[in-house]
Amino acid sequence: MSVKQVSVFLENRPGQLKRMTGVLAEKGVDMRALSLAETSEFGIARILVDDAYGAIQVLKDADFVASLTSVIVVQIPDEAGGLDHLLQYFADTNLNIEYMYAFLGGKEEKHAYMVFRVKDHRSAEAALAGKGLPLLTQEQIAEM
Amino acid sequence: MEHYYQPEIECASREEIRAIQNERLTAQVKRVWENVPYYRKKMEAKGVTPEDIRSVDDLHKLPFLSKADLREVYPYGLLGKPLSECVRIQSTSGTTGKRVVAFYTRHDIDLWEDCCARAICAAGGTNEDVCQVSYGYGLFTGGPGLNGGSHKVGCLTIPTSSGNTDRQIMFILDLQATILCCTPSYAAYLGERMKEMGLGPDDIPLKAGIFGAEAWSEEMRHDIEKTLGIKAYDIYGLTELSGPGVSFECSAQEGMHVNEDHFIPEIIDPETEEVLPEGAEGELVFTAIDKEAFPMLRYRTRDICSLTYEKCSCGRTHVRMRKPKGRTDDMLIIRGVNVFPSQIETVLINHGYAANYQIVVDRVNNTDTLDVQVEMTPEMFTDNMGEITARQKDLMAGLQSMLGIRAKVSLVAPKTIARSEGKAIRVIDKRKI
Ligand SMILES: [Zn+2]
Repeated sequence: MSVKQVSVFLENRPGQLKRMTGVLAEKGVDMRALSLAETSEFGIARILVDDAYGAIQVLKDADFVASLTSVIVVQIPDEAGGLDHLLQYFADTNLNIEYMYAFLGGKEEKHAYMVFRVKDHRSAEAALAGKGLPLLTQEQIAEM
Repeated sequence: MEHYYQPEIECASREEIRAIQNERLTAQVKRVWENVPYYRKKMEAKGVTPEDIRSVDDLHKLPFLSKADLREVYPYGLLGKPLSECVRIQSTSGTTGKRVVAFYTRHDIDLWEDCCARAICAAGGTNEDVCQVSYGYGLFTGGPGLNGGSHKVGCLTIPTSSGNTDRQIMFILDLQATILCCTPSYAAYLGERMKEMGLGPDDIPLKAGIFGAEAWSEEMRHDIEKTLGIKAYDIYGLTELSGPGVSFECSAQEGMHVNEDHFIPEIIDPETEEVLPEGAEGELVFTAIDKEAFPMLRYRTRDICSLTYEKCSCGRTHVRMRKPKGRTDDMLIIRGVNVFPSQIETVLINHGYAANYQIVVDRVNNTDTLDVQVEMTPEMFTDNMGEITARQKDLMAGLQSMLGIRAKVSLVAPKTIARSEGKAIRVIDKRKI
């Protein structure tokens, strides 16, 4: 049950991130989460939005290089030890995490959401099955 | 089947070519001696008179001409005919110093257009073809030269000149252009634009391209050929010698045949000025043996290349010159090492990057820095940071092994390196030396 994340290439130059958010704002694309990875020379903005395919088109039209990446989004209780619990399940199955980031909010404010990029989605899903940590669908992200 | 414009000359025996050259060279030296006081003084300073030049074997006795000479006697000092017999000028696009202004009589224009017609025929052109000339028209020689050649071959000629890319594409599609003439960087840009419009090689009616006026690599040729679905031919020339068509590529695509009935090439050592044997790499020097208004003798082109008299599979007998590595003035000296932009281009294309790039040279703490800027493309992009960095390191290693010095690679956002409609600006040298 993976979700499409939009990954955008950003040149490391002042104003590049602003240019991207400007394009998305202008076209009414609603962002749920944003994470930045960067070296001294370039960066990748990773965003979850209400309409991933729409966002890709809007960005391409504005001469950005962007692609879709599958990630999983896990809802955890917003309390001490919430993330630790989740990571323990992953560690038990030796799951390798490429990167992760978090966001809060949505309608149910007592939850936090963890976004994971993993090589093997099936093992991740299996590791969490029946543990009371639901995975979000693309539709749920859109409706947040 | 190979197609020639003037087969009796293009496929003449070496003896016949030699006879034409001997006759034209000796007559040309006499005319210049009588009509160009500036060159006569140079000959006198070397102790040479027209009687000393009896055949091509004596060519090495003549003094050289260079761009500096053209500047010194600008604009009329090298005129070989009275202005009343001149009908045209063309001029270089040079941005520094004085422009070169070259003069033409009717005869000069005629022979120049013959040369361009030979190039078009060598690219397969006939009177059935539609030839779009997207070189600039005006002072630049590209447009007028190929336009004249295209008329001589009998192609339907579309004189779009450069610029207005969408209109260029409209004409190519609506009038089913089969031959495109422009700079290689503009051909690459047209290809990129057509790809964006969803046009594949099968949708593009073009079958051949004649591209020149700037140095380009073999890899760039393959890229353009693939995108446009054509065969891409190189053409070479200098305003000082007439314009494009001094030499041109044939179907073999293994060097450019020099139009030896009009221009005699030599390769010299740029330092010692000694003539080098066949096959050796050095500076290309040309003698125009039947041009009237602007009769350049032993003109130093500053282009670095080599010559071969080996038999060519196309049937032409004229000597071939290798694609110049670049002009000596394009050559950068970075940390004491000679670097040609074309070498960098080769590495980029071999690593899957686009041929659109910019080289920024600077001096930081007394050390030269070389920064190669390339645009990120959808094909190169991945969400994996490590992969992008690894690819970048790969490219840096490739540059290091080609150039012998360390180069930095910067990935920049798409469409941030300016596209050119004429000659591309590849190098930005910020060093203040
Ligand atoms: Zn040939």
